[in-house]
Amino acid sequence: MHLAYPAVLAALLFCTGLYGVLARRNAILVLMSVELMLNAVNLNLVAFDVWLRDTLHAGQALTLFTIAIAAAEIGIGLAIVLMVYRNRGTSDVDRLRDTAEGHEPDPNATGDSTADTTSTARPEVAA
Amino acid sequence: MTPAATLAAAATTGPGFLSPTGVEIAFLLVGLATLGAALVTVTTRQLVHAALWLVVTLGGIAVEYLLLTAEFIAWVQVLIYLGSVIVLLLFGLMLTKAPIGRSPDADSGNRPIALGVAVVAAVALVWVVVDAFRTTWIDLDGPVQGSTKVSGEILFQHWVLPFEALSVLLLAALIGAIVLSRRNDPADAGDAGDADARDKGKR
Repeated sequence: MHLAYPAVLAALLFCTGLYGVLARRNAILVLMSVELMLNAVNLNLVAFDVWLRDTLHAGQALTLFTIAIAAAEIGIGLAIVLMVYRNRGTSDVDRLRDTAEGHEPDPNATGDSTADTTSTARPEVAA
Repeated sequence: MTPAATLAAAATTGPGFLSPTGVEIAFLLVGLATLGAALVTVTTRQLVHAALWLVVTLGGIAVEYLLLTAEFIAWVQVLIYLGSVIVLLLFGLMLTKAPIGRSPDADSGNRPIALGVAVVAAVALVWVVVDAFRTTWIDLDGPVQGSTKVSGEILFQHWVLPFEALSVLLLAALIGAIVLSRRNDPADAGDAGDADARDKGKR
């Protein structure tokens, strides 16, 4: 098989994931796009491992490690997204602008850490 | 034939693009389906559909692993990605009360910039990759390189230490996820850290 096929497919999948990471608003959709990028890298690793016929099979071993790390990453990422959702009432990455320059804390913003008395009805917001 | 001889032969008289083998045709078709599903995943406005199209994408990648004779990786992909990661993502979508129907604000405002960056990156990467590996062929004949036997041998002969370190990392991630997603109720005053104290002060 021509090596360009898996390499081009991996590059295109990576760029699809890149577009998703940059263009999506929901944090969970961003995580899905990150999974796409990781899978593109895995495909590259496997293809080059099969091409090089490595005696250590470093590509396949690293693919397994990447899959395990991706599973850990998705667990931690989802836990963080859930905590942000409980504290802020939203999981849109556009609205999490506390550390952005030029977006000073808005007194009307829900769940800002500096604003103690928020006007939302969510009981978890104060946590 | 040694790999060097194979490469030399492939560089001079390798199989052309116009006479693809069956494996190549299968790889191309599955790759097109995978890429299409990935595009739908990042562009659809229905959040649950995005997760379900991601199943198609990851399954397609598993089939590509099988075509590349990496059997063990393929089944690990099916088990971990299709089995657990998608379920985790669906649970995350449900727990954040994602809208079931079409949500108009699935894409953020910097979509044109994202499209430009992705297209430029795709063109650059594909050009470089095709230019670099134009005369490179994978020899898929011979013994299977990714069978369970081979994977187990290399994993437990040469990669034992990273493997064990990875298990510690998974344990740490598990505990971290539990700690992060635990609800900080005022009732459980057993561990009154700073967060809990501030929490109670606010309420």
